[in-house]
Order: sequence, then C-alpha cells, then structure tokens
Amino acid sequence: MKRYSAFAIAREAMRQHTGWTKAWASPEPRTHYDVVIVGAGGHGLATAYYLGKNFGITNVAIIEKGWLGGGNTGRNTTIIRSNYLQDPSAAIYEKARSLYETMSQDLNYNVMFSPRGVMMLAQTEHEVRGYKRTEMANKLQGVETRFIGPAEVKRLVPIMNIEGPRYPVLGALWQARGGTARHDAVAWGYARACSDMGMHVIQNCEVIGVESVGGEVSAVATTKGTIGCKKLGIVVAGHSGHLAELAGFRLPVESVALQAMVSEPIKPCMDVVVMANTVHGYLSQSDKGEMVIGGGADHFNNYTQRGSWMHIEETVRSLVETFPMLSRLKMLRQWGGIVDMTGDRSPIISKTPLGNTFINCGWGTGGFKAIPGSGWAMAELMAKGESPLADAFSMYRFREGRFIDESVAAGVAH
Amino acid sequence: MLLLTCPCCGVTAEETEFSNGGEAHLKRFGPGSTDAEYEAYMFARKNPRGVHFERWRHAYGCGKWFLMARDTMTLEVYGTYKAQTTEPPADIVDKIKARRPEWEGYK
Ligand SMILES: Cc1cc2nc3c(=O)[nH]c(=O)nc-3n(C[C@H](O)[C@H](O)[C@H](O)COP(=O)(O)OP(=O)(O)OC[C@H]3O[C@@H](n4cnc5c(N)ncnc54)[C@H](O)[C@@H]3O)c2cc1C
Ligand SMILES: [Zn+2]
Repeated sequence: MKRYSAFAIAREAMRQHTGWTKAWASPEPRTHYDVVIVGAGGHGLATAYYLGKNFGITNVAIIEKGWLGGGNTGRNTTIIRSNYLQDPSAAIYEKARSLYETMSQDLNYNVMFSPRGVMMLAQTEHEVRGYKRTEMANKLQGVETRFIGPAEVKRLVPIMNIEGPRYPVLGALWQARGGTARHDAVAWGYARACSDMGMHVIQNCEVIGVESVGGEVSAVATTKGTIGCKKLGIVVAGHSGHLAELAGFRLPVESVALQAMVSEPIKPCMDVVVMANTVHGYLSQSDKGEMVIGGGADHFNNYTQRGSWMHIEETVRSLVETFPMLSRLKMLRQWGGIVDMTGDRSPIISKTPLGNTFINCGWGTGGFKAIPGSGWAMAELMAKGESPLADAFSMYRFREGRFIDESVAAGVAH
Repeated sequence: MLLLTCPCCGVTAEETEFSNGGEAHLKRFGPGSTDAEYEAYMFARKNPRGVHFERWRHAYGCGKWFLMARDTMTLEVYGTYKAQTTEPPADIVDKIKARRPEWEGYK
C-alpha cells in the first residue's frame, strides 16, 4: 500500500497522476479462512480491522453481497455523538467517538471527521428534564456535555427560530466534541487498511447459507461457492433476521425503513449539527453546502430501501417551523436504508446459539457513530470470547431482563 | 404509501389512517412459562424477507384491530382479515401461493 500524504499529492501532480495504485485488492475467495465476516458495512470492516490490528488475526475474509458501504453505512446522515443515558452505551459510544478523533491518522485515510458540535433541542418540559438528567449521567460517565439555554442555542445557530409557536426551543443538550464524518471514507479507509493486512474484501458475493458440524459453524455457502471458516461474524444490519434464520436462531430484531434527503447546495449557514427529537427532524450542512436532513423511521417491516412519503412530509414540515429559511430550498436527493431495531433500541454484540458464531446488529437508526467502538468490541469478543465493552450487549439480555433502555433518551432516529 | 382495506368497516384508505402493531399470530406465554418461551413471545421475531403476517389497527377510522398479509420485499398487500383468527385463512394462503410459488407456506 502506498501511503497518502501531501508529498504524494505533489509527486503525483508532477507525473499526471499515473502513480496511484488501487486502494484495496479484489481477490477471488479462498476455500477457507480463520474468520469470515458477513457484511462489508462500517461495523463489519471495523471488526476485521481490529481483529488484525489488536489481535494479529489476518486470515480473514469480509464478504459483501453488494458493494463496499452500500448498506446503511453509505446512506446515513453521519451524526456522531456519545451523550447516551445508560453506562454501557456511554462507554461504547464514547470509545467510538474518541477513536473517530484519530481515525484519519490511524488509517492514513481522510475520513473528514468534523467535531463541529451536536445540539439536541429540548422543545418540551419533558425533554428539558430528560436532557438535564442525561447531562448528569454524562458527568458521572466522564462524557463532556452541557445543558444550554435558548439564548446560547440562538447564538450557535442564528438561522433557528427559537420561538416557534408550537414547539419553542427551551434549551438543548450540547456535546461540543460530537460532529460528523464522511461515511464512504470510513468504509473505504477500513477496507484499504484490511486489504493491506492481507485480508480479503470480497464484493458482489452473497451469503446464502450457514453450515455447521456438531453445533459449530464450519462454512458459509455463498454465490461464489462454499467458504470454510473457524469463526463467523454476522454484521449485516437490516438483514440480521435473515442471516440469523440461515444460522438457525431468531433475534429480537425487526427491519424497517429510515429515510434521509439533501437539499441543493447553499452558502455556509449552520456549522453545528442540530437534532430536534420531539418533532423528529435533524439537520446539518455538508462540506459541499447541502443541507442534510433526516427524520423518523417507518413503523412496519420493510426490506425495500424505500420509505413512506408521509415521513418525508412530517420531517420537512417540522424542520421548516424551526428553520423557516429551509422552505425556500429544493431537495436534490432522497433515499432510504433498512435499519435493524431491537426491543430496547440498543445494539447486540454477542455470541449466538451456534458455536463460534457471533453477531453484531441492532444499531438501528444510530450506528454510524459507533463504528470504531463496535468493531473494537466485536473483534475482542471474537478473539477472546469476552469483551468488557460488549458484554452488556449480549442478545441474551432479553431473556434475562437486563435491558439497556435508551428509548427514553434516544428512541428517535439519529 | 400503502393502501389498506379495513376488514371491519370496509373502508379503503392510505397508510396514514392506520397504525402497525407488529407480527401477528404470536403464541402468548405468561406466568408459568419458561424464560425462553416468554422471551420468544415478547421479543424474538421472524422478521422475514418476503411474506409477513402482521397486526394493524384502523386507528383514525373505526378503531378496530385486524390482521394482514404483506410482502416485505415488494410492499404488496395480499389481503386483510379479522383479528379473531389464529392462523392465516385458506383464501389468503392460496392467493399468496399463486403470486409466489416459491413461498414455503405459513410456519
Ligand atoms: C437514512 C439513515 C440515516 C442514518 N443516520 C445516522 C446518523 O446520523 N448517525 C448514526 O450514527 N447512524 C445513522 N444511521 C444508522 C447507521 O447508518 C447504521 O447503524 C450503520 O451504518 C450500520 O452499519 P453496519 O455496518 O452495521 O450496516 P450496513 O452498512 O448496512 O452494512 C451491512 C452490509 O451487509 C451486507 N449484507 C446483507 N446481507 C448480506 C448477505 N447475505 N451476504 C453478504 N452481505 C450481506 C449489506 O449489503 C451491507 O453492505 C442512519 C441510517 C439510515 C438508513
Ligand atoms: Zn375500520
């Protein structure tokens, strides 16, 4: 792998950019690997990366039915924050957020992490109390957040109408170290680093069966033939229920559509991320100038990557009330992703009923921010059989009644 | 936007008039059941790619619950039927089989 640097750009500029090499290899699959990861989204790739980096396990294949990052990783609105209520969530999301700070250097790939600050608006008394409680919880967890008043909200985001008739802005939970990153770059950067360690990133290859011997996984059947493995990691977000069925178990997960859209590009007008959870809308401005808009998830099971029109309408309607200038903008693109929602709205990083088979799913509407922390924990779980960051997120918590209830703090799309 | 027909009052309306209530035909387990049975009833879901039987409520209409067969890969609605049914009725099963010969049937 050639290192990217300012010097490399200068060198290539001198020779018509003929010296760049492919960022990652596209090999044909071997018949056997130590570890097979299903799903080359951010979480699957990060798992593979940390298996190699932290545990020296590099005989690894990451198998993807479509293209790299073509699932939710390439479809999300890239909000990164770690101001969760429960301790296990704060631990893993804060680990992830801190890894984002050094990711570009670590991967030698610019993921454009932009810690511009994330503001979660409180627009009802209930939300004010809820966020003040989260602020206290975050203090105990060592996560830096602050509850700010309406005047400071207005100072940070002048384009906001804080005196909306129905939902005036009463304050906000402010995480100055939260922000955004370039989603594709996260997938590409990990893929390049994995490929460089000798791992195989195999695209356009769907896993269609899971084979086992004596209660332990032995191979996966794929559209490119059978591929043997000692350990299997299933990291397929919205398709987790389907893969679990192939592996012979059921999950507390349902797949629904979540949509987002971007406007035409305009001059810089907002340099923080704003989330309005009561009215289900969130907003940031991309480096290209587009306003990036997300809303609430659909309510029914859906694998089509198409959402309902009413949610677009709902999202835009509520945002226009808080950001009147948006009403003049044309929308350029709109799309959907299939997100995996668990019973307590917290993720699953877990062993499964099938031996040597692990699952990482349930990140639902908010897993982009977790990618490095999740990969870190999943790799440790797969390598050692346990992980302090992952243990609370076992799929057996539903049987044992140990829910990690974030739906009060963050039950909306984010 | 789904267009649904309520089998209770006969009204056909857009999805906004209804609310979804999750997987249908769950076997209920209560006090006295094992942890695994209770977990399966409360949380474990089929979440299939394809034919899904589900509960809906005509929330902004007659208010009644009903059941429905729908395809999660195409959003096609195969039919709606009364909530007082323990498994999908034969005419709906036949209709699905005609549309999807590869469907393995209700299980
Ligand atoms: C519209 C939208 C907005 C969002 N906004 C945010 C946000 O602002 N902040 C945030 O933190 N999160 C957000 N999320 C959530 C976030 O995108 C996801 O939680 C995260 O990207 C999940 O990553 P993943 O790697 O688990 O899944 P994915 O990126 O979906 O990767 C899973 C991969 O598995 C592959 N796969 C599936 N089945 C198979 C098979 N049988 N064989 C081989 N491969 C298979 C898929 O093709 C896919 O590429 C949003 C999601 C959406 C849809
Ligand atoms: Zn009705």
